[in-house]
Amino acid sequence: MSSILAADTLPGDPKEDERPKWDNKFQYILSCVGFAVGLGNIWRFPYLCQTYGGGAFLIPYFIALIFEGIPLFHIELAIGQRLRTGSIGVWSTISPYLKGVGIGCLFVSFLVSLYYNTILMWVMWYFLNSFQSPLPWSSCPPNENRTGSIEECQSSNTVNYFWYRKTLNITADINESGTLQWRLIMCLVACWMIVYICVIRGIETTGKAIYFTALFPYLVLTIFLIRGLTLPGATEGLIYLFTPNMSILQNPQVWLDAATQIFFSLSLAFGGHIAFSSYNPPKNDCEKDAVTIAVVNSMTSLYASVAVFSVLGFKATNDYWDCLDRNILSIINEFDFPDQSIQRDDYAACFAHLNSTQPDRMAHLQLRSCHLQDFLDKSASGTGLAFIVFTEAIVHMPGSPGWAVLFFGMLFSLGLTSMFGNMEGVLTPILDLHILPRSVPKEFITGVICLVCCLSALCFTLQSGSYWLEIFDKYAASLNLLVFAFFEVIGVIYVYGLKRFCDDVEWMTGRRPNLYWQMTWKIISPLLLLIIFVSYIILITQKQPTYESWNPQYDDFPVKQEKFYPGWVQGICVMLSLLPCIWIPGMALFQLINRRQGKGKNPWSEPYSDKPYEPVQD
Amino acid sequence: MSSLRTKGKEMRDIYLNEIILKGFYSDRMLVALLPALSLVTVIHAQLCQPGAKDAFKVRLSLKTALGDKAYTWNENEEYLFKAMVAFSIRTFSSREKIEISNVLLCNVTKRVSFWFVVTDPSENQTVPAGEVQGAIRMNRNRINNAFILNDQTLEFLEIPATLGPPTEPSTPIWVIIFSVVFCLVIVGIVLLIVSGIRQRRRKSKASTEMTDVEDKCETMVTIENGIPCDTLDSKEGRTNRAFAAGDEKLTPL
Repeated sequence: MSSILAADTLPGDPKEDERPKWDNKFQYILSCVGFAVGLGNIWRFPYLCQTYGGGAFLIPYFIALIFEGIPLFHIELAIGQRLRTGSIGVWSTISPYLKGVGIGCLFVSFLVSLYYNTILMWVMWYFLNSFQSPLPWSSCPPNENRTGSIEECQSSNTVNYFWYRKTLNITADINESGTLQWRLIMCLVACWMIVYICVIRGIETTGKAIYFTALFPYLVLTIFLIRGLTLPGATEGLIYLFTPNMSILQNPQVWLDAATQIFFSLSLAFGGHIAFSSYNPPKNDCEKDAVTIAVVNSMTSLYASVAVFSVLGFKATNDYWDCLDRNILSIINEFDFPDQSIQRDDYAACFAHLNSTQPDRMAHLQLRSCHLQDFLDKSASGTGLAFIVFTEAIVHMPGSPGWAVLFFGMLFSLGLTSMFGNMEGVLTPILDLHILPRSVPKEFITGVICLVCCLSALCFTLQSGSYWLEIFDKYAASLNLLVFAFFEVIGVIYVYGLKRFCDDVEWMTGRRPNLYWQMTWKIISPLLLLIIFVSYIILITQKQPTYESWNPQYDDFPVKQEKFYPGWVQGICVMLSLLPCIWIPGMALFQLINRRQGKGKNPWSEPYSDKPYEPVQD
Repeated sequence: MSSLRTKGKEMRDIYLNEIILKGFYSDRMLVALLPALSLVTVIHAQLCQPGAKDAFKVRLSLKTALGDKAYTWNENEEYLFKAMVAFSIRTFSSREKIEISNVLLCNVTKRVSFWFVVTDPSENQTVPAGEVQGAIRMNRNRINNAFILNDQTLEFLEIPATLGPPTEPSTPIWVIIFSVVFCLVIVGIVLLIVSGIRQRRRKSKASTEMTDVEDKCETMVTIENGIPCDTLDSKEGRTNRAFAAGDEKLTPL
């Protein structure tokens, strides 16, 4: 036994020099951090913090991190590092019946790559349009006879118009697909080419690109933080964000959202982290890595939310001042007071005085009441935050083109590093499966994968593309990842064996996993995942799914119209949720049939990857 | 020459007489015209009223536009305004006889806002609203510039401003940036692919050289103990059935 441990590799491992390696540990850490830190850290976490009682949300968030996020993450890194193959190889090594988990992960990574790069396509479009002053979303274009602005722009506002009309050219209904938007197609092709150039030789090229794409967002976040904190109204935004409201913890929805946020934020169960750690040297402290990366991810979320909310506080203050100014102007025009005779601070007193002395004229003005709280309450997450709320805030900042370029450059880098992880989750298993002969160069394989993804993603450049992206976002990833993560924990701890896994970790890191790890792996994490999964199913099936459409003909325009998904779309949603999961029972059945048929064959003739792993015994 | 001088004197006398006569007559005319004049001002006041026919309200926001450099609105500024309106009407329609006195201002407030109306003396009525509107729209830029204001700070209520045409450069800026990025990426991809092909060619050349060398070495070490080494290379190893005959580790007693 001891003679085996003295060697660097265990017998039965594939040849050392064939597998690519990281240039140094920093590259590996940056890649994992870049994969984990994505767009969700910028536009999902601050929104959740704000909706769920500010500082109080951090409590369920950190509890979920400790009991669910870090243990699962450690399992992924350890198993990838130990078995030194991508996700399909890992699962077929643990048990041939679990090969479906690996294939399902591959599928999910593929689907997520499709729509994630579409978001990057939109980011690139905004980035390209930021190099002009004034910014194109700062003013409405004039209408045909040039007497005023276009009506759609007039009734909503300039940023909404630029997003829904100039960028998406959106239709009012998901049934109306409209035409392909050639501008978006150009941006899509450019995005996929950028992804291709970075993953062209696997980690050899991503490892070089990651130095820039993973560190640049931190630089920009710091710049935005400093700028944001010096803007007027930033402190109101931050106070509003972090004021804890402890009573919200009684709502079970908070705990569910905290757990799902941690889960998706760390990009678990994609197979990307398994792929990354499979390129590590075998004796590497994966426990320390797991804790470090998970903590860095959460700290980045907090850091980003401070920067984001100082800018949002500035925007809310600006909107509040605009509201006051509009009211003041109405009063001045009605009563013919001298220009600028009422300051914003005097507004309240003046308003009260006039209301008591001349109520009918004041009522006739129909003034809107202005409260800073209302503007701070207007929260947004996802694409709404980046492309509507933040762009409007940037318009009011001095030197807006520069800030817009920095902001969209940062979003692009963040998304790109996450794309690397997604693509590795697709690429590594395909390369490990050895479907294609060795002579086919890696560049060709990556090229074909990128081409297939690019062509498939063309459906998102239709006019109804953004509705489809919402569907993919809601249904393709969430449920499937929960299932895969559950099978991951069960597969490693119960099928592979907790004792054997702890032995491996001890061999790799030099320390045996302590009680915390064993308790979370054996009981707490699987239980949590099961609870989250069941709650998710209950929530999704409770009511018929709806979507919000941008319909200029709607009575309440610019409020979005809520519509039900038509039947065929609901069918696609179900298919997206089930297709990746189906591989698990599907492959298990396939293997069962194979075994039954192959019982008479010579066991030596089976290829390596199909054999369950057995340690060499004396 | 003396005839010229006397002629000049005569002209001066005639001229002086005319003035005296005119003065005498103007006094009389004044007395006669006084009721007529007051009637005219009353009519003018009726013509220029908030909400009157063909009257427009104007609103200026001087402090908003100019801040500290704001000038005060006084009669001289009103005079300039009347002149600009008269100029606009003259250039727009062919009413050559419009004078500054034909533009009437009233209800000047501290805001600063007032109403104005344009009368046409030849027709003895107000210039129609449509004509005034057209005239102002045509010359809006010059009126704005005369007062160092813009469309938002010098408002003619009910006269919409003509917005400037959208300034689109011949190639949109995003196309330029896109082309730059695209070209860089294409160049990068080509470089990487070419270097990959070169690396592979170098490796295959090196490996053919290596196999030549190895062939020579292999012939020396291939055979050991009469058994060729490559057959012993299988991963799983071979069990020697002779030694694994029985499961007993202990010899029987």
